[in-house]
Amino acid sequence: MLISLENAGIYRSKKWLVRGVSMRVEPGEIVTLIGPNGSGKSTTAKLALGVLATDEGTAYRKPKLRVSYVPQKLELSWTLPLTVSRFLRLTFKANKTQIDDALAATETTYLAHMQMSNLSGGEFQRVLLARAIMSSPELLVLDEPVQGVDFNGEMALYKLIEKIRNELKCGILLISHDLHVVMSTTDRVICLNGHVCCSGTPASVTSSHEFKTLFGERTASGLALYQHQHDHEHLPDGSIGPDGNIEGKEAALAHNHLTDNGLLPTSSTTTVNAKRSNADVR
Amino acid sequence: MLDDFFVRAVIGGIGVALVAGPLGCFIIWRKLAYFGDTLSHSALLGVALALLFEVNITLAVFMVSVAVSLMLVFLQRRASLSSDALLGLLAHSALAIGLVALAFMTWVRVDLMGFLFGDILSITTFDLAIIWGGGLSVLIVLVLIWRALFAATVSYELALAEGAKPDHVNIIFMILMAAVIAVSLKIVGVLLITALLIIPAATARRFSSSPEQMAFFAILIGVISVWFGLFGSLELDTPAGPSIVVAALICFILSLLPMPSSLFRHDGQNKRGAGNNTGVTTDDR
Repeated sequence: MLISLENAGIYRSKKWLVRGVSMRVEPGEIVTLIGPNGSGKSTTAKLALGVLATDEGTAYRKPKLRVSYVPQKLELSWTLPLTVSRFLRLTFKANKTQIDDALAATETTYLAHMQMSNLSGGEFQRVLLARAIMSSPELLVLDEPVQGVDFNGEMALYKLIEKIRNELKCGILLISHDLHVVMSTTDRVICLNGHVCCSGTPASVTSSHEFKTLFGERTASGLALYQHQHDHEHLPDGSIGPDGNIEGKEAALAHNHLTDNGLLPTSSTTTVNAKRSNADVR
Repeated sequence: MLDDFFVRAVIGGIGVALVAGPLGCFIIWRKLAYFGDTLSHSALLGVALALLFEVNITLAVFMVSVAVSLMLVFLQRRASLSSDALLGLLAHSALAIGLVALAFMTWVRVDLMGFLFGDILSITTFDLAIIWGGGLSVLIVLVLIWRALFAATVSYELALAEGAKPDHVNIIFMILMAAVIAVSLKIVGVLLITALLIIPAATARRFSSSPEQMAFFAILIGVISVWFGLFGSLELDTPAGPSIVVAALICFILSLLPMPSSLFRHDGQNKRGAGNNTGVTTDDR
């Protein structure tokens, strides 16, 4: 086991950001955290990484674990003169071969001598990934690694992540709000919304009613709606309604998750099937 | 032609420029200019305490600077004031307490101007030993923590997640800052230390494509400023500390002038704009 959270929670500004989260990442396994904005995905990753301390429960990390982290946001001040190849050596002493290999793997060799501040969003994400894989980590934590990347690039990046896992045999904790793209590459999915709503292997989750609704939530108009069945109800701030039962993690029963735009789901069975076959093709 | 005191001044000034350059880069990258100012203002309190307890001034200034940095860290965690307000509060309270304390000590005759604006021409051999001994120690420590400190500067969370121990290096960095302020006090004085830290580093930014390069150029520009500042002050009979700062400022202004981009555009640094750059270069010629 590389990292694990046992019933972990973090309390800030009189509010539980996440609570009762249990999860673990084994070597060679891709675990995906999904959930709406503000559901505590990044917070959970930071708890597992030890960047944030738990206020409740425990966080375990394998001693001397080699971690690589691609944070969701990395703002580099223009006052920093920083080439891509220097950025790769930020926390890790690498030789030229290692740098070249990492850049080649992410198809960013042509960027090696560019200034970080001159990169486009997609190039920046690739470079972040290049840096993360260069040190041959045991655990790779990727927080929304495909933001700012166009669709084809997105697919390529996910293929690359899977390849990295196969080659490095490292554990990967992946955070995404883009559900159906991630599903094909992941070993285990954890759905978060302030707590663990549901979790399991794709095989078990796929056959569940939850998962089908999960995929169907992407309506034809492209509105990203989180709508699947649980045994509790979320208030607009993500906390649990009066009837909610925070313990019920795997149970999948009747209620709707409404998020951001608060629209009701319009997905039909046909949409679900269409989306699923789409995902299968990919 | 060079008098002995002048040689000492040049050697002392260069010693300070050596450490001020790389630390100044971190001050710019971390947006800590006001923090440097706060530490240097509190140096006057250190001077007052040194005279009161009859201890070495450099040591007392160093201790007070460390104490003020720690107080700042504590207040940032506790108080509900923003950092800049806290820094202003600490800076000017420490300066005021220092001035009041000095006024109370009627038995000491102190050249206040010397502490405020530096007295580089009165450097003794012992001062030189402190500047170079302290300065070299700071440089050695800085080299040892360089990678971790730079990683923590780029992203605290990333450094923490990947085991670079950003909290440790941040505290060491504060101590290094305090040390540099203590050893530069005699050169440029309380009010101008920040200038010596920031201006060479800011000047170096334009010519640098990597952090190490920027630190190197900052040292170079600092040494040039000390050299021309001191010679200028000798020629024109101007105060030495402020002359050094003026020389640094002139370097900075020169660095803003349009220059053939090929001078500091390194290979492939901006490949996309390569065609454009060539055009500019030809125009300049």
